[in-house]
Formats: sequence, structure tokens, C-alpha cells
Amino acid sequence: MRSIRWLAVIPFIALIIGPFFVNKAEPFVLGLPLLLAWIVAWILITSLIMAVIYAADPVNREDEP
Amino acid sequence: MSGALPFIAAAALLALLLGFLARRGKDMNLEQWTVGGRGFGAIFVFLLLAGEIYTTFTFLGGSGFAYGKGAPAYYILCYGTLAYVLSYFMLPPIWRYAKEHRLYSQSDFFVRKYDSSTLGVLVALVDIVALIPYLVLQFKGLGIIVEIAGYGAISSTVAIWIGAAVVAAYVMMSGVHGSAWTSVAKDIMILGVVVFLGIYLPTHYYGGLEPMFAAIDKAKPGFTVFAAHGQSLWWFSSTVLLTALGFYMWPHTFASIYTAKSAKVIRKNAIFLPLYQLILLFVFFVGFAATLQVPGLSGPDIDLALFKLSAKTFDPWFVGVIGATGVLTALVPGSMILMTAATLIANNLYRAVNPSADDRQVSQLAKLLVPVVALVAVIFTLKGGTTIVALLLMGYSFVTQLFPSLVLSLAPRNFATREGAGAGIVAGVATVAVVSLTGANFHNLSWLPPEIQDLNIGIVALVVNVVVLVVVSLATRGAAAPAHAAAEKI
Repeated sequence: MRSIRWLAVIPFIALIIGPFFVNKAEPFVLGLPLLLAWIVAWILITSLIMAVIYAADPVNREDEP
Repeated sequence: MSGALPFIAAAALLALLLGFLARRGKDMNLEQWTVGGRGFGAIFVFLLLAGEIYTTFTFLGGSGFAYGKGAPAYYILCYGTLAYVLSYFMLPPIWRYAKEHRLYSQSDFFVRKYDSSTLGVLVALVDIVALIPYLVLQFKGLGIIVEIAGYGAISSTVAIWIGAAVVAAYVMMSGVHGSAWTSVAKDIMILGVVVFLGIYLPTHYYGGLEPMFAAIDKAKPGFTVFAAHGQSLWWFSSTVLLTALGFYMWPHTFASIYTAKSAKVIRKNAIFLPLYQLILLFVFFVGFAATLQVPGLSGPDIDLALFKLSAKTFDPWFVGVIGATGVLTALVPGSMILMTAATLIANNLYRAVNPSADDRQVSQLAKLLVPVVALVAVIFTLKGGTTIVALLLMGYSFVTQLFPSLVLSLAPRNFATREGAGAGIVAGVATVAVVSLTGANFHNLSWLPPEIQDLNIGIVALVVNVVVLVVVSLATRGAAAPAHAAAEKI
């Protein structure tokens, strides 16, 4: 399941390239301008992605020093 | 007598108390003092990393940035998040190597990996030149916060002297343990205060977030999105990428990795640290709320937006609570920077000229250097003119120059030679200095496409660095490789 680590590429695409497609104030999402809402949403998703990687990555199951 | 001062004084005393208590039951040798005996669990490592990141710059600068510039402030939210993603992969090998070889500083890492104490001296010098202005920034912020939040009862000069004395005292006593313990108080306060302000101020003045952003959009169209030119999307993307790479190159951040008791602790933090970034969102809300409520601040004064709006809104005692939080955001990162700078000087400069020094002597020297470094920083804070400001702007770009040779050294077979790494760092740092001092940027080159013109100029230094590293490494590879490989096996 080490290949699951490739999920880590997604936040880079979402936060570095993504803003080019959502550089708008409207519509507001949960009170935030669209661009800011996009960034906040992706920070939350990034945390989730890292949790999935952590859970699936075999290195975290070994009792390693 | 203002109602704010007791809270600010209490924060300083609390930091001192926690800093001293942190020492209990530990023999403060170099390993305990500087890397916490490499025994910190997930929560302490989290506190250290979060403690370093949320500085006075975040508190004053983050809200000021949103207040003065709008959308460009979003880059601060993004680069940290991406740096944490990188940390999952990049930090465990660094941690493991540091543990195996009992390293204390970032410079030690280069000394070992490249088997060159000269390279270690170079890295230590780059680190110190970047760290001192960063410490100055914390002291400056502390002075501003105490002067404003205390309604002028204590001048910023007095506040800076007291703050520096407090932080130097507990760093000498407890080292990184002191930083971690004071971080607890700081994180609880900043979480409470910033989240409260970020929700209360937009609601109080506008009736909620959406009405606030709608009002801003009406008064200043385009303020919450990137402009077509200048600080455009191209500026944003290149800046986020560059700063994400440089993030863990700050020597105090780098060394805090060494405190972890396992690699798992570091990987686990990659899940939670992005969420903690969201505190910044509330800081931005404060800045946005201030744009229409306390308009007219410009230049460096934009950093006062948070306190101006708070003073307009709340009773003095609550401004004191905010000020107390601000003081802790200066002391905690200040303590890490101070300890790291003292360790670098003792362990990587002094030991380089005096190799027979043992850990005990280095440890004693590092502790003695703490008040010296603090004093130098106070003098720069009070007397420093434009030089220190220039250095400050360069600091982040300086440490970013360590990234290429660091990442290459993690590979099983390092392509870079010690000469290549050293030459690359020197070339990169020199480029940063030239570019910053001449104020060069791509906008001077009008024949370039506008998208390219907006790119962060820091990319040039990194490219120069990598090109020099590759060329010099290729040139020196044949001769150096066998000796290097042999040294690695030891």
C-alpha cells in the first residue's frame, strides 16, 4: 500500500494550480469568497489525505525506532 | 493606570514560571537542553512546531497583510499546509540520521552527510545571519504589542529589555523543554483569543462573514481575489512553492525535528498541523474586519490593524488579554531562535576551531551565549536601521538555499559533492543578496511575458544554486567520490 503515498501530490495541484480556476469572490461558500473557501476546503482535505496515507502506510505499523 | 498591564505582566511571569518548571527532573546536558533528549512525543513536537510557526509575524503581520493587501495574504495559509505534506516524507529520514549520529543542529547534519566541517561552518553562518533578524523581528513585535496594548504605560524599549531578559533566563535554564512548556500556555491563549476575535469582530461590525465579505467586495472590488498583474496568481503559485520548500530549512524548525522520539511522531503531526493552519484564517478575518472599520493605516502601520480595531471595540482589560497573547507569540519562537543560534555558535563555530572541546564544554558555552545573543538582538532592535530590515527580507530566501543540497543528501547515493553543495549554497545566497539589495525583479525586464514578470524572484537564486551545485559536483566527483563513500560507511 505504499503507492497510496502518491495521494500527497493532490494538495500541491489543488493549492498551486487550483486557484487559477477559482479566482472569484462569488459565489460565497459558507460566508467565504469562493477563492478563500477553495483554499480552506483543501486544507481540510489535505489533513484527511495525510490521515489516509498515515493509516495505510505500512511503515507506521512497524515498531520502529 | 490601565487595566491592561496586569494581564501582560502575568503573561511574562507565566512564561518565566513554566520555563523554569520545565527543567524539573532533568540533567541539562547538551542532548537534553537542545534536543530534549530526543524523547518528545507527538503532542510536544506539535507544540514546538506550532510554537515556532505562530510568531508575532502571524499575529500582527497576518492580520495586517489581510488588512492591507487582501487575497495575497492567502499564500501564508497554503505554504505551511504543503510544507507539512512534504514533512511526512522528508523529515523521518532526517530524524533517523540525526538520531544515529547524535546530531544537535542543522549544521551538524551537513557536516556528517558531506563529511566536511567547512560546509558545516558555512551552513551555521547562513543560519545565524538568517536567525538574528528573525529574533529582532520578535522583539520589535513584542515592543509594539506591549506599548499599544498597555496604552503607552510601558515604552516599547522597556518592554523589549524585559522580554529579552525573560526569554534568555528560561532558555538558559531549561532549553528546548522551556520552549515546549511555554508553548502550551501560548497555544491555548492564541487559539482562544484568535478564534474569538475572528468570529466576534465580523459578527459585531457586519452581522456575519458573508455580509462582511460582501461589504468589502462592494467597497474594494477585487480585494478578496488575485489581481491580474503584480501580486497575481503567478506570484502566488511561485511564492507558495518556494516558501513551502524553505519552510523546514529554518534551523530552529529543523532542529525541533530532532526532539521527536520516533519517526511516527513526525508523520502523525503531518495530519494535524494543516488543521492548525486554520488559526490563520481567523487572523485574516480580523484583518478583513479592520479594512473598513479602521481604514487609513499604510506602510508598516498595517501591522497595527488588529490592535487598532481591538482598542476601538473592547475594554482595556480585554485588550490586555490580547496583548498578553501577543507577548507569548513573541517569547516562544524567540526562545527557540535564541537556543538554536547559541547552539550553532557553540557547537558548529567554536567546535570547528577547537575540535577537542567535549559536549560538556560546548553545552556550557551555548548557555553562556544565550544572553549574549539576546543582547545583540536587543541592540539591533533598538539601534538597527535599514540593514536589519534588509536582512530580514532575505532570511527566508537564505535558508531556502540549503534545500537542494539537503534533499540530495537524503538519496542513497548522493549526487552532490561537498564542493558542489558548498558552491551552490554560496552562489544561491550571493544571488539572494544581490537581488534584494538592488531591488531587482522580473518587472524590470519588460520583454518578458507578464506572467513570468510576476514570478517570485527567489526562483532565480534557487536555479543559480542548483546549476552551480550540478556543475561543481560533476567537476569534483571523480576525485572526491571514493573518499566520500568510505567516510559514509563509518
